[in-house]
Amino acid sequence: MAQINLKINGQSHQTDIDPNTPLLWYLREHAGLPGTKYGCGIAQCGACTVHMNGSPIRSCVMPISSLEGAEITTIEGLSENGDHPVQQAWDELDVPQCGYCQAGQMMTAAALLKENSKPSEEEIEATMTPHICRCGTYHRIKKAVKLAGEKMN
Amino acid sequence: MNNTHSRRDFLKSASALSGGLVIGFSWLGNKAFAAEVVDTAAIPHEFNAYLAISPDNTITIYSPNPEIGQGIKTAFPVIVAEELDVDFNKVNVVQANLSDKFDRQLTGGSGAIRHSWDRLRNAGATARELMKAAAAKKWNVAASTLTTKDGKVIGANGQSISYGELVEDAKKLTAPTDVKLRDQKDYKLIGGWHKGVDNANLLVGKPLYGIDYQKEGMFNAQIQRPPAFGLKLKSFDATEALKMPGIVEVVSFDNKVAIVGKTTWEIMQARKKVAIEWKKDEDLESTEDHDRIFKSHLDDPNSGDTMRSDGDVKKAFADAAKVIEADYQCPFLPHSPMEPMNFFAHVKADGTVEMAGPTQTPGRARSSVSKLLDIPEDKISIELTKMGGGFGRRLDDGYAIEAAHLSSIVKKPVKVTWTKEDDITGGYYRPAVRYRFKAALDKDGNMTAYHLKGVGLNTGNCTRQDNFPAGAVENVLVESVNYKSPITTGPWRAPITNFLAYAEQSFLDEVAQAAGKDPVAFRLSLFNKAITNPVGKITYEPDRFIAAIKMAAEKSNWGKKKGVSQGFSVYFSHNSYVAQVAEMKKIKGTPTLTKVYAVTDCGIVINQSGAQNQIYGAITDGLGHAMYGKLTFKAGEPEQKNYDSYRLIRMNEVPEVEAYFVDNGKSPTGLGEPALPPTGGAIANAIAAATGKRLYSQPFNLEDSKVESYL
Repeated sequence: MAQINLKINGQSHQTDIDPNTPLLWYLREHAGLPGTKYGCGIAQCGACTVHMNGSPIRSCVMPISSLEGAEITTIEGLSENGDHPVQQAWDELDVPQCGYCQAGQMMTAAALLKENSKPSEEEIEATMTPHICRCGTYHRIKKAVKLAGEKMN
Repeated sequence: MNNTHSRRDFLKSASALSGGLVIGFSWLGNKAFAAEVVDTAAIPHEFNAYLAISPDNTITIYSPNPEIGQGIKTAFPVIVAEELDVDFNKVNVVQANLSDKFDRQLTGGSGAIRHSWDRLRNAGATARELMKAAAAKKWNVAASTLTTKDGKVIGANGQSISYGELVEDAKKLTAPTDVKLRDQKDYKLIGGWHKGVDNANLLVGKPLYGIDYQKEGMFNAQIQRPPAFGLKLKSFDATEALKMPGIVEVVSFDNKVAIVGKTTWEIMQARKKVAIEWKKDEDLESTEDHDRIFKSHLDDPNSGDTMRSDGDVKKAFADAAKVIEADYQCPFLPHSPMEPMNFFAHVKADGTVEMAGPTQTPGRARSSVSKLLDIPEDKISIELTKMGGGFGRRLDDGYAIEAAHLSSIVKKPVKVTWTKEDDITGGYYRPAVRYRFKAALDKDGNMTAYHLKGVGLNTGNCTRQDNFPAGAVENVLVESVNYKSPITTGPWRAPITNFLAYAEQSFLDEVAQAAGKDPVAFRLSLFNKAITNPVGKITYEPDRFIAAIKMAAEKSNWGKKKGVSQGFSVYFSHNSYVAQVAEMKKIKGTPTLTKVYAVTDCGIVINQSGAQNQIYGAITDGLGHAMYGKLTFKAGEPEQKNYDSYRLIRMNEVPEVEAYFVDNGKSPTGLGEPALPPTGGAIANAIAAATGKRLYSQPFNLEDSKVESYL
């Protein structure tokens, strides 16, 4: 099979696995990056969200063949020391319950705040609503997005 | 306390703690130890099952109960640390694996804190007193002259010594019994705001969950189970699947076909190529069949077991000035936690079994695997991983057993992972139920009789016969019918009451309305009756109900707000009392759910952060499932299979929540479930107050699509 070149968290990866393999499974089972989570496999819950060239994408439906040359960032690469403002805000407000969806939530929040560090409540809701948190931590997520934005200003 | 620890125990705990320690050991103790570098100061001594202290002052607290998002891994250690008197920020919390050292090592029924409250405090206090005794001996003073603070023993003259420095001396002493526990007024940690102990690892994507579990030489597997309830396996042909890359074996057992391979994606592709024939084994039920079954049993006076009978209900209804009657119905619901079911199992040639995964009931999983494979329980180890939610789904041990079963057949270490579709269509659902309520009022609007009959599909008893208003009404009859269906059911967050509470609290509002009384005043008068004139067995404390109701009415300014429609609900479950007020306001002409007040009496709150998070989550969960939760069936097959058709609530739909706790100093109870049951009732009652329309079935949006615009 043809070789595919990927750039993940600043590192180069070469692989010859099935090019249709979704990025999610490449990350979890080939690249040793299990922080990105499988939730639904059909881009409905957002648990698998990573950045492609800075924009959030659903890695569960993104074949690796379409990612040649793209810069992929996962939760493991969001910050060097776990101190991205979003991670700090999530910790300070103690957002997680089970925590399973939070990597995806944080990746979307980080992408939003990079574009707009002072989002309105409506903007936060519009951006975060595609994400499901089955535990119902939405109240704290909303607050944490705001707080992270404040930390960036 | 046990001071005699085997070398293996030492090494086991040491290796779990210290990244810098190089120790080779076998979990099952079959291989020779190959310790290379051991820093003796880092070796912790387990003073009891819950805590260890090492000479370098590392304090380790073991949390035995499975963490599912309820925050037990933070709350338990807070209690131990309070009595031990250490700085909680410096404590190293470790999830304990399944061990006979602990009892009730399970997550369910919101019962962990209540069960372990005394044990945890005693564990901490015993070790603290031991430290004082060791210091007293060292300094040659009376232990009664010593105090403790932040992991140090302090002498009368201000001299201090750390617990770590006392480990060697303390090990030699006999643990004291009947130690004095701290007064509540002296609590430094209990009742404070404590962040989740897993945050640091979780927020950077470290592998914590069962689905992340990896073991050298491990294979992955997926299992095709019957697509409809009532079908069983006839035959399968895996010829094509076995030609696919990465596929190792395709085997069948227990009416299932398992595809074993290297990677998940390869297995998913091969799974589509396995040709399977199913055959009918039992009735293939559809949702319409269930509707018919409910009505026929409710209409049949000879159907139903009597669960409670006080007074003479027949006579009371005959004498009534007014009779109110209503049916309430709910559908099946999957738990659909974010992390699908999964489990790792390795049934080894040496007769031992190694397992790891997300389970609320590790002890039951071990005993089931022991029976299935005829392997003694002490040869089976289970590592507890963090769980990506559960809501009751992981009380089932079926998915752990099937992993062990598969490993025993293929003789390989395997991790079985379910897809979301497998999970939502895989059964163990919240059962569908229909209730029929009937209440009698006398000419003054007093409730003189209450009759509840419920029909559930695989519910067992679908009522909670001693629930309020039983105890406050002279004549009560509660009946239950259990209809056996091929569709499998199990406990779902606040079993039975997750729906029953909404039905009861909505119906009580109807009765109050018929009596011309304010919903809060109506409930309060009934609770007062339960105090002054109790009828039969009473399983709740009316005083605590009344306190929660009054506080909720006060916080929400009940009945006094202009332009706001309020709905009230109050419930007692899992030993906690929760009163809620839901509010609707007209925004741009549309009634909109803007706020829910929740007042909870769960006794002493251990962790403010965790407790509030549970209230927010339970209300969101209760609202979301009441609004949208629906699993319907066609010829035994679930019609919703993933989040595209099975709708969950989202951020833009949640109202503001204000969470308050009753501060009464009583022993702590549970919080994982109790705030969910009252939510549906508070919201339905607010909708009725705002629009005049009562909702009689869940999901609400199926009964009235307009409700979607209310969020």
